[in-house]
Amino acid sequence: MPDTPAPPSLLALFLGFLSVGMVGFGGVLPWARRMVVEQRRWMTGAEFTDMLGLCQFLPGGNVMNVTIALGARFHGAAGAVTAFTGLMAAPVASVIALGVVYDRYGGLPVVRHAFAGLAAAASALVLANALKIAAPLRSRPVGLGIAVATFIAIAVLRLPLPPVLPAMAALSTLLMWQFRR
Amino acid sequence: MSNAGTLTDLAAVFMQLSLLAFGGTNSVLPEMQRQVVEVHSWLTAREFASLFALAQAAPGPNMLVVTLIGWRVAALPGALITTLGVAGPSSVLTFIGSGLWYRFRDARWRRLVQVGLMPVTGGLMMASAALLIRTTSAEWGTAAITVVATALLLFTRLHPLLVLGAAAALGATGMTT
Repeated sequence: MPDTPAPPSLLALFLGFLSVGMVGFGGVLPWARRMVVEQRRWMTGAEFTDMLGLCQFLPGGNVMNVTIALGARFHGAAGAVTAFTGLMAAPVASVIALGVVYDRYGGLPVVRHAFAGLAAAASALVLANALKIAAPLRSRPVGLGIAVATFIAIAVLRLPLPPVLPAMAALSTLLMWQFRR
Repeated sequence: MSNAGTLTDLAAVFMQLSLLAFGGTNSVLPEMQRQVVEVHSWLTAREFASLFALAQAAPGPNMLVVTLIGWRVAALPGALITTLGVAGPSSVLTFIGSGLWYRFRDARWRRLVQVGLMPVTGGLMMASAALLIRTTSAEWGTAAITVVATALLLFTRLHPLLVLGAAAALGATGMTT
């Protein structure tokens, strides 16, 4: 059993997640893991992975959920709120600042053109991520069918997500259970 | 519509999205766009895509488009309401769930549900990408940027921020639009 350091104080939680929020460009999760496991040693890598499993199982942003679960583990509700505030403070402030700048200069042709380029690359970011997630489905016809059906329901038919998600999730789980190997 | 009414609507929309966001906030982009653009007419599809792009240029979790939408629709109160709205319900679930998790971690039904959710999430992510691309590929040049950037992101280890910056710089020259 490795020696466990004293649990972090509320201030330490706040500052730790503040640092993650400030540096986390293009995917915050690796930064959160680095801060929690390697730099501050609040938990082991295995504990972190286990907690991440829960956070991926539940709805909501993974990093946000990790922050809540970790804060709660050390200081209950106060810890969860403190860690979350730390994580979000800098990003929310900077995104609003970007919004203000965009509002002021967004009408300039050069800014408008730059934005069209940026938006095209942002679409690419989502597409690349989607392809990575969907890639393992190639060898699983049932899963692929579910993914295609979900895609058609949402992107082509534009059906509302609240009924589609539970229906597809239930159907998918049922089929996975029927065709399990 | 009164301002208080708008804030209530924003809260309702984003709290519901919070509970649907399996696999992260990107999987609910189509529903977010449907609500924000089609149901409530708060933004146009193009504005939605622009705000999404702007959010990618900020540090932090990739759900910040939510903050920008709230800010655009109802200034600072709107930004706080949408941010807390999209975080609230899922956070409460995580808070409660972290205790139960250790009991059901190895349960067979839990593994089945997790495996079952995966293709659904995959389909939702592809739908998010398709809807964004439909808006951002109005011109030849920007469509080309999307294709090249996707290839770079998939097949090289370039930092995403570098790809975004290069695309913005290329766009600024005016050659692509």
